[in-house]
Amino acid sequence: MSAEETASLSRILSKYQHQLLDDWIVEQLAAPTLRPDLISEEELRAESAGFLEELRKGVEQGVPEEIFAPPLENLRYKLEEITNRRVERGFAPSEIATFVFSIKQPLIKHLVEESGSSAQTIDVLWKTTVLLDKLGLFAVDSYQKARESIIRRQREELLELSTPVVELWEGVLALPLIGTLDSARTQVVMESLLQRLVDTESTIAIIDITGVPTVDTSVAKHLIKTVTAARLMGAECMISGISPAIAQTMVHLGVELEEIPTRANLSDALALAFKKIGVRIIRED
Amino acid sequence: MERIPILKMGKFLLVTIQVEMRDQLAMTLQDDLTQRVVQTGAKGVLIDVSSLDIVDSYLGRTLRNIAAMTKLLGASTVLVGIRPAVAITLVELGLSLEGIKTAMTVDKGMEMLREST
Repeated sequence: MSAEETASLSRILSKYQHQLLDDWIVEQLAAPTLRPDLISEEELRAESAGFLEELRKGVEQGVPEEIFAPPLENLRYKLEEITNRRVERGFAPSEIATFVFSIKQPLIKHLVEESGSSAQTIDVLWKTTVLLDKLGLFAVDSYQKARESIIRRQREELLELSTPVVELWEGVLALPLIGTLDSARTQVVMESLLQRLVDTESTIAIIDITGVPTVDTSVAKHLIKTVTAARLMGAECMISGISPAIAQTMVHLGVELEEIPTRANLSDALALAFKKIGVRIIRED
Repeated sequence: MERIPILKMGKFLLVTIQVEMRDQLAMTLQDDLTQRVVQTGAKGVLIDVSSLDIVDSYLGRTLRNIAAMTKLLGASTVLVGIRPAVAITLVELGLSLEGIKTAMTVDKGMEMLREST
């Protein structure tokens, strides 16, 4: 945008600040994408006023080709802030984009009223539209980023929750694994298991993989790492919950579990653990 | 000169490593330990590493050497008190300390040694 064009837009934004805000609110309230269940009118008003203010200040310093240039930094932060808040509340990305796009109508109205429909005005109009389009797309991108960070956070929490270690018997721990074992998961698993080994001074750990869908060479590698770490702490590991399918897959793939004792189910593994720790179960008749 | 103390507990020797071991100290330990094993006729050696935050490849090698030496002299070695964080690091670095027996506590370590003699 040329200096003249910027001046035109800037003038509208400051001269008609309040009317623009009012008109924009009217547009937003009339839009089919309005979510009165997720945001109140006061909040909408506050958000819109904040955005307009940053838009005005940013444009005053000159409108660059790219919205990622310094003059529009605060405006971008504001938009990101608004987007993040809306993501938390459950808005759809199109609803956030509409927030930005719906400013066009009032802005255009005032531009035309002020400067008529000369070729110059049309130029300013076009460039303003382009600017707002870019901002709208930026809002959608921010939305994506915010969603991804929420998913990442949840995944980490899930990781923490899904590695319980239970004491089956004095000195015998069980680690039921649910889901696949990747390197991130293995780290969490090792830490939980080793800490419990220390806390309980257990000498046997049974890793049950009933809930693990497949055991390929990568999963086996992670299991072996875990077993080795436990061994360094003086505990012996065994693996239970090997299904017929997994047994076949492992042999076909040539997966070696080295010298780790394995059993089809947890109860067999427990029986082996008892033998190792010298416990005998006698049925009372 | 710094020396790592070696304590006698019945038929066993107990060594507690609390400082970083380098060259001279490691050499001296290997010397002292092998001599004590022969002198006392010890059947087992317990090496306590519970105060160590890190066990690097140098220490790993030193420990493996000690285990091999004492074995030649007719004694077993058990490593005691590896911390979880240390165990994880060792595994990540691929230092499995193969051939060295390990136990969680000194008690368990002694039990292990008694069983093997």
